[in-house]
Amino acid sequence: MTELTNLGVREIRDGVAQGDFTAREVAEAFNAAVEAASELNAFIVATPDKALEAADKVDADRAAGRELGAMAGVPIGMKDLFCTDGVQTTAASHILEGFVPRYESTVSQNLWDAGAGMLGKLNLDQFAMGSSNETSHFGNVVSPWRKSGGGNAGMSPGGSSGGSSAAVAARIAPAATGTDTGGSIRQPAAFTGICGIKPTYGRCSRWGVVAFASSLDQAGPMARSVGDCAIMLGAMAGFDAKDSTSLQMDVPDWAAGLSADLKGRKVGIPREYRMDGTDEAILESWEQGKNWLRDAGAEIVDISLPHTKYALPAYYIIAPAEASSNLARYDGVRYGLRDLPEGAGLQDMYAATREEGFGDEVKRRVLIGTYVLSAGFYDAYYNQAQKVRALVARDFERAWADCDVILAPTTPTASFPLGDKTDDPLAMYLNDVFAVPASLAGVPAMSVPAMLNGEGLPLGLQIVGKPFDEQGVLNAGLAIEQRAGFEAKPETWW
Amino acid sequence: MSIDRPTVAKIASLARIKMTDAELDRMAPELSAILDWVEQLGEVDTSEVEPMTAVIPNTLRLRADEVDADPRTGGDRRDDVLANAPVAEHGFFGVPKVIE
Repeated sequence: MTELTNLGVREIRDGVAQGDFTAREVAEAFNAAVEAASELNAFIVATPDKALEAADKVDADRAAGRELGAMAGVPIGMKDLFCTDGVQTTAASHILEGFVPRYESTVSQNLWDAGAGMLGKLNLDQFAMGSSNETSHFGNVVSPWRKSGGGNAGMSPGGSSGGSSAAVAARIAPAATGTDTGGSIRQPAAFTGICGIKPTYGRCSRWGVVAFASSLDQAGPMARSVGDCAIMLGAMAGFDAKDSTSLQMDVPDWAAGLSADLKGRKVGIPREYRMDGTDEAILESWEQGKNWLRDAGAEIVDISLPHTKYALPAYYIIAPAEASSNLARYDGVRYGLRDLPEGAGLQDMYAATREEGFGDEVKRRVLIGTYVLSAGFYDAYYNQAQKVRALVARDFERAWADCDVILAPTTPTASFPLGDKTDDPLAMYLNDVFAVPASLAGVPAMSVPAMLNGEGLPLGLQIVGKPFDEQGVLNAGLAIEQRAGFEAKPETWW
Repeated sequence: MSIDRPTVAKIASLARIKMTDAELDRMAPELSAILDWVEQLGEVDTSEVEPMTAVIPNTLRLRADEVDADPRTGGDRRDDVLANAPVAEHGFFGVPKVIE
């Protein structure tokens, strides 16, 4: 039954509902695939029993003639940033190693309520801080993709949702949750040839998601098709009184509303995204994307987002500032690691615990955040960054006068070998130069695979939409998907 | 270099992260490079703009004044709250002695 692992969300759900196979057979196939793929290091913890338990419930419900949920029978990977009741949740950090939540995050609960099951907790960059999945306390995730003719060099699956992207691309999970603070769903999706959407800020509850930068953090689905993303996002989203920034509005039926007919739609091409250092192949895929959308009936218009260049530096003030505040909770008192040196007092315990429990990138960001929020620097750094953020958001608002969605590359380059950028934090940050503006503005954005570059590595195209218009984003994504015909998949070496 | 080693040591102390001399030596130029790079925000004229406070305009809701309106965030969960504590005694979090 190995072919079951080639199926996506909709095919599994419909196949289970029609009785083509049982949910248990699906769960068993994916459990076996997860076990066989330990070389990818995509999972921190596998939970095969959880997957089987959920599958058996779906099979029983079907046998009893009960209504099945939108994700019924679909086993998924859960990024280890979502608290899961009774299952270790680490944010890929040492400081939370051994932390077993006594409650379930809203998003994961929504997915279980829709009939999904959990294959395990997926590896990520530590506290979601990173763009290559090299900052995890539990080791790098290795992309299933390899450069053609590049030997066996391990490639980055992107980050921070690198376990999610690797698992979905390797077909050891049909779909996975991701979270996106400054590109952490879209960039790994682009690196691995899959789809991922970050919805409008507030669509998915942040309750029970380990916080990185609360004004930016948004959960979203990662899967191999636009349709699968639409189904899964519908199951994840919804108002939650436990998150004060949760959107109190109805969740449209995105899957039912999918249409690749873009007649009458205008697609904006932001001239500022044509940056130095962008790969030729990326520019080529962007041109191709314009042709595909034109073919779907859309009109292509040039637009300007003048503050694009300043989005990334603003992000690297705002996100660390919020992180330094959010991560103050890791004190060795309430949960997680405690390092109490002999004879140490409370303050020494805090400092020793945080020294041992945080990795380098997390320390770097907490220190930057502490500095930009400190007396005397607050106005020059933090306030100025929040003003620039307002300008970045205003750029988008003005653009909507001329277009309905925006098309841009997801990343400036394809995936790179693990270790290539670890010595230069700034070079690593530049990975998210195209992804961060939509995060700062809180608008929905998705990455869809476009083509392979000359080295056989996937490239993604990004679609950015108006607030609350996930449908417009998904529809443009579908138009690209249908025309790109991206069928490439990594050869199994693991 | 926008920040020197003693400044990094001071921030680390404010952030309650112990750092060795070797770490300070390594971190100071890294943080300086990042801060030098974000300095470019100073070029942007922001005199006419207010800092962003909410990414999507939203009003802050008030919840009903009801005890345990949602059992998951309500009270009477002491054992759950303490379950992950490195040290818990007599129904409290345990910390090293703080008063002489």
